[in-house]
Amino acid sequence: MAELKQEKTFWEKLVQIDRRFIYLIIALAMTLPFFFQMGLPIPATKEVKDIYDLIETFKPNDVVILSADFDPSVSPELLPMFDAMFRHCLKAGVKVIAMSLYIQGPGLIEPVINQAAKDYNKVNGIDYAFLGWQYGYNLVVINMMENLKQTFPVDYYGERTEDLPILGNVNNYADYDLITSMNGSSTYMTWLLYAHEPYNVPMACGVTAVSAADVYPYIQSGQFIGMLGGLKGAAEYETLISEKRMATMGMEAQNWAHIFIILFIIIGNIGFFIIGRKK
Amino acid sequence: MQLSTNIWVWLGVFFTLSVLSFLYKDNPFYKLAEHVTVGVSIGYAIVLWWNLTVYPRFIIPVFENGHFILIIPAILGLMMVLRIVPKWSWLSRYAICFTVGGGAGMGIPRSMQASVLRQLEATMLPLSLNSATGINNIVIFIGVLTVLIYFFFSKEHKGVFGGAAKIGIWFLMVGFGATFGYTVMARLSLFIGRVLFILQDFLGLNLAG
Amino acid sequence: MLWKKQIPLAITFITGLVFGIQYFVPHRTSENLFNAYVDWEIVIGIFGGILAYISFYRAHTMRIRKKAPAWQYSLVAIGISLLMIFFGFIQGTETGTFFSNMYFYVLVSIEGTMFSLLAFYISSAAYRAFRARSAQATALLIAAIIVMLGRIPLGEQLSFWKLIWSNAPSFTDIANWILNIPNMAAKRAMNLGIGLGIMMLSLKIVLGIERSYMGSGD
Repeated sequence: MAELKQEKTFWEKLVQIDRRFIYLIIALAMTLPFFFQMGLPIPATKEVKDIYDLIETFKPNDVVILSADFDPSVSPELLPMFDAMFRHCLKAGVKVIAMSLYIQGPGLIEPVINQAAKDYNKVNGIDYAFLGWQYGYNLVVINMMENLKQTFPVDYYGERTEDLPILGNVNNYADYDLITSMNGSSTYMTWLLYAHEPYNVPMACGVTAVSAADVYPYIQSGQFIGMLGGLKGAAEYETLISEKRMATMGMEAQNWAHIFIILFIIIGNIGFFIIGRKK
Repeated sequence: MQLSTNIWVWLGVFFTLSVLSFLYKDNPFYKLAEHVTVGVSIGYAIVLWWNLTVYPRFIIPVFENGHFILIIPAILGLMMVLRIVPKWSWLSRYAICFTVGGGAGMGIPRSMQASVLRQLEATMLPLSLNSATGINNIVIFIGVLTVLIYFFFSKEHKGVFGGAAKIGIWFLMVGFGATFGYTVMARLSLFIGRVLFILQDFLGLNLAG
Repeated sequence: MLWKKQIPLAITFITGLVFGIQYFVPHRTSENLFNAYVDWEIVIGIFGGILAYISFYRAHTMRIRKKAPAWQYSLVAIGISLLMIFFGFIQGTETGTFFSNMYFYVLVSIEGTMFSLLAFYISSAAYRAFRARSAQATALLIAAIIVMLGRIPLGEQLSFWKLIWSNAPSFTDIANWILNIPNMAAKRAMNLGIGLGIMMLSLKIVLGIERSYMGSGD
């Protein structure tokens, strides 16, 4: 029996459009805005500003630990956060200790640390320390709360931590004024469980946007001082330290990509209802 | 615009495009990139593992500082390595049990404190209809309570209990919506990072203005 | 049976009990014991690394030896890993070395791009799958759209109603409210469940009820 070939309606054609066409549109939406920048203001949310404000109150001998607990897969979101916070700490003149609970972390942050140190004329071992990585996730956190130099006997470059001038009086939890973990999973819970709860060390976190919505209960409870959520969080921090870097630029494309995704949802749903009503 | 002369940047762009080619279909360039990732990751991990952990935390303490007690966990560790020998794989259980037992024991009080008690405490907020904060606190209290009710499956979701569970679903949907919105943002940010690499590092465009 | 099962289970029970109680004993001896345990664990972990690396090289050499389909890629993986090790130990790991460049330019490019593919898949899913089929699904979509608009700088500009009523909340304000109030409440309830779940699982492990981590066999 010959099948009656029914002509597809406009909406049917639109809903069944080739996925590669969608890929092309979204790729353009994330590329073209860099050539037509709007430079819209990026005001800081409370969660971000609270971290910034706390660091601003610190004195030169106060210690900030920045833990880059992530790997390259999420670095476009988290590396700008680390960069912005590290730069802020150097600018504020506080002692900043960079480390990672992820073995893939040090390779990511080392070039960023070097560039920031160069820009601010700071010296490794004197103005900041880069401890690299140590095996053990929660074990590292527990260990460094009691004895930092035993946990990290050498820094990333193989220098004995005992010999680093910046770590002279930095020994244990009592000496840490803020710990910020940037992570792409729920590593912030490791810090919360093993550093904040037993030792009451002030904590903040930087998370990928995927995890951001899950962190709000810990901010409201006061367990975290604040949070940098996704690229937007990093862009807000860059605004606060008055430096237009990766995240701020990224927001140009983020604007339009979001608009197109919303349009996709709306068009998809209109098509779905029109086709559904016809049937 | 000034095209990069750094061979590493070119290599980075080559692999970026190799992976992106997967959008069209699976191909040898993508497979090559996959295996290069594995190779680089393992090589990188071995060097850092040796430099930052094995040497300073085992070799030096035992062989230079005479901290011989660490030989005992080393034996436990060797027993764990025996997992690859089927006949002796049961010996690995000693190290695994030592690790898992300690981890579980440590986790109980800390989880109770951080995820349960502190969270419950933060939900006990002053409720009032006279201020925005008071109303928000009511919403938070109702939200936490009704979602907890929704997840309580030991009692049938009927009557008042069922009604409360239904309110809980609405809170969950809004929560999932927020997560979804943020997830879209995250996925797009990852590609934007790669675009910035190509435009800035490879093509040498000055986007900062 | 005693050596293969009961003694390992007893080790789990004793270490679990000791380090569960240790949290409540703020005495120097208890803390020293805890620190010694952490030291031991790190040494055990070092050998865990050996196990992982042996597994990697064994799996790939087997593929090469058996000439499995696309075995040449295993050769690439092994070759590159050996190059990384060679240069890592000879040249060091600082910025500018072969080791650092391979990591920062090659690995970051590949892994970063692999995950960035999700941007395309989520766009396609947004177009084809996210449907407002019910009132609750509509609530999910509306919350998602508001958060998407509230988290971009353009969101403030798109809050057109502020032209008429300047004190009205913008997309950013509404997104912040959603995230801080209803979202927070839902996530808190879920976290409470997760927290209790972790505790229960830990307790079952310590008491020997949950044994799957020991692997199969006698």
